[in-house]
Amino acid sequence: MLLNIKDLHVAINGKEILKGFNLQVNKGEIHAIMGPNGTGKSTLAAAITGREGYEITKGEIIYKGQVINDWTPDKRANEGVFLSFQYPVEIPGVSMTNFMRTALNAKREYLGQPQLKAGAFLKLMEEKKKLVEITAKLTNRSVNEGFSGGEKKKNEIFQMAMLEPTLAILDETDSGLDIDALKVVAKGVNELKSDENAFVVITHYQRLLDYIVPDFVHVMYGGRIVKSGGKGLALELEDQGYEWVKEQFGEE
Amino acid sequence: MEDKLSQNKVLEEVTGSDYKYGFVSDIENDAAPKGLNEDIIRLISKKKEEPEWLLEFRLKAFRHWLKLEEPDWALIDYPPIDYQDIIYYSAPKKKETLASLDEVDPELLDTFNKLGIPLEEQKVLAGVAVDAVIDSVSVKTTFKDTLSKHGIIFSSFSEAVKDYPELVKKYLASVVPYTDNYFAALNSAVFSDGSFVYIPKGVRCPIELSTYFRINAANTGQFERTLIVADDDAYVSYLEGCTAPMRDENQLHAAIVEIVVMDNAEVKYSTVQNWYPGDKEGKGGIYNFVTKRAACRGVNSKVSWTQVETGSAITWKYPSCVLMGDNSVGEFYSVAVTNNYQQADTGTKMVHLGKNTKSTIISKGISAGKSNNSYRGLVRVSKKAEGARNFSQCDSLLLGDQCGAHTFPYIQAANDSAIVEHEATTSKISEEQLFYCQQRGIETEKAIGLIVNGYAKEVLNKLPMEFAVEARKLLEITLEGSVG
Ligand SMILES: Nc1ncnc2c1ncn2[C@@H]1O[C@H](COP(=O)(O)OP(=O)(O)OP(=O)(O)O)[C@@H](O)[C@H]1O
Ligand SMILES: [Mg+2]
Repeated sequence: MLLNIKDLHVAINGKEILKGFNLQVNKGEIHAIMGPNGTGKSTLAAAITGREGYEITKGEIIYKGQVINDWTPDKRANEGVFLSFQYPVEIPGVSMTNFMRTALNAKREYLGQPQLKAGAFLKLMEEKKKLVEITAKLTNRSVNEGFSGGEKKKNEIFQMAMLEPTLAILDETDSGLDIDALKVVAKGVNELKSDENAFVVITHYQRLLDYIVPDFVHVMYGGRIVKSGGKGLALELEDQGYEWVKEQFGEE
Repeated sequence: MEDKLSQNKVLEEVTGSDYKYGFVSDIENDAAPKGLNEDIIRLISKKKEEPEWLLEFRLKAFRHWLKLEEPDWALIDYPPIDYQDIIYYSAPKKKETLASLDEVDPELLDTFNKLGIPLEEQKVLAGVAVDAVIDSVSVKTTFKDTLSKHGIIFSSFSEAVKDYPELVKKYLASVVPYTDNYFAALNSAVFSDGSFVYIPKGVRCPIELSTYFRINAANTGQFERTLIVADDDAYVSYLEGCTAPMRDENQLHAAIVEIVVMDNAEVKYSTVQNWYPGDKEGKGGIYNFVTKRAACRGVNSKVSWTQVETGSAITWKYPSCVLMGDNSVGEFYSVAVTNNYQQADTGTKMVHLGKNTKSTIISKGISAGKSNNSYRGLVRVSKKAEGARNFSQCDSLLLGDQCGAHTFPYIQAANDSAIVEHEATTSKISEEQLFYCQQRGIETEKAIGLIVNGYAKEVLNKLPMEFAVEARKLLEITLEGSVG
């Protein structure tokens, strides 16, 4: 099992957001997580990636057989955990090229591999840019600065392609994308997908799941999963909304 | 809230950096006794075999200095300096005249190697002419011959006094008179060496000129003086670097840099200042009181000051431009980093006298630890300066919540046509940016280095290539341990 989250409780500033969250993800699987606004989906992503301020008060995150509750975010990243941010951050003055090279070499250093030479790195960049159909020159563009909403999301997938994670979490990567961009993102995911990695896709829309076909769909509500099913569940949700969830499990 | 948490953690962690230039070299010294009086000044002048007029200049400066009070308007705090407890002259002991580099004191060469300043072939190939000033005295100037073919003079100040007395006499103190301020008066009285540059009419200096300053001896003050003259249509890019050993006591550095720029001439002056900043508890470190000024005397003349200030316990420094010539241009690009207990009060003065004069100020202050970092700047437009323009951008970046950042912009515009723009921002390294980097596998300290370098990019880009690389590394080292 690649990821095993057991009875996870997470609090932000003392306020409990995740309340007994469980999830098992095997290599080769795609899991979709859906659920109303404010239910804790991004909090889950933050907890898995080790963001500061997200205090695990109970439970375990087990990744590749190890409890990673105490791992630093960069260690998790270098061990193959990747997050496509719901709101990618701008870093003024830091070029995408420099950023990616630093990231890639950090991972290589962590894994005891030699640093990537400039030539090889640039070649890799070009290759991955093509994959997500980024035409802009990234050399002289600062990380996410001046990118449109859609470009930022594509840029996340570009970084994912560069870093080739084992576990990728996509937090509403489809929001704000036009249909072409959506297809590009899906293409990126599908090309990267293998028997050796897994994806957790957080989304509000069934539309994305037409292109990235999930093995499992989970409905999250009140800080935990309240229902799991196959791809059909997403269609149901699209149809019926979350009223029935609220009725069954009460207002948050 | 979250923000604060991680800031503190990062800060605690980063306060662990080591000053890598802190070694002391065992070089034989020829030093004057401690203390300051007219006899000491006569001794310095005699050691340097100076002409009478220069001794007179020193004595006048000294007598003036005695009448002055140490300034206290800057936002810096330090115990009183005992000016009688300082050695005002210290020089590596000379062997007989050296025929080649082989004869230079091996310890000295080693020092330069540790500093990364090979005086030998490598540097020659790299195309940098180096004047190395150690404890006030210029040790060796490479590349002189190449330069002299172009009629360029690049020598130690002492040599210039001997070889080109008229030039030195003409320009010395013409930009910074000894009456200018307390530390300028002190320097004028006791300066022991420095660099002199003269670029003749119409000559573009083909290589970058550079001086490395190093304080080595204990209890010694360093008082160097740099004078750069760019005649009509001349161009030169000049680099200055500095380091000092780690010592528990504070050491005084009071320098003067004067630049004269004639018609259509341009001077770029870049500094990477990395004097020993003191330890994590604020013990030791250099007191850096420097007066730097450029006089743009000619029409269309231009000066840019670029500084990366990472060192010193105290920095008091305002590289300025006096824009006399019509259409002259003054620029000031600064990155000042303070960590632990460092204090910096730095900025610039842009004085617009000529018509259509233009000035640009970009200042990036970065404070960490318990440090204090102030930008202090003056933009003055005189009555006659028709069409003067200034743009100032002063940004402060805070790492943690125990440091201080302050901005003191003064604007005096006496001409209605003047356009003076000032923008200022204060920000913190955001937890979001840090996490974004970490999520991509970049550990905290590296992430801070990356973000800070991005923040200072506008200024770093103004530095010559090889200096920029060094400066980037320095920024990262200086902030090591500033964040957890
Ligand atoms: N830094 C914070 N401080 C306090 N409360 C927070 C913080 N971050 C999130 N929350 C709260 O935690 C809850 C879950 O937020 P989260 O962002 O995980 O929701 P989400 O399921 O991703 O929602 P959306 O679908 O809108 O993205 C919300 O009530 C939110 O207000
Ligand atoms: Mg969310």
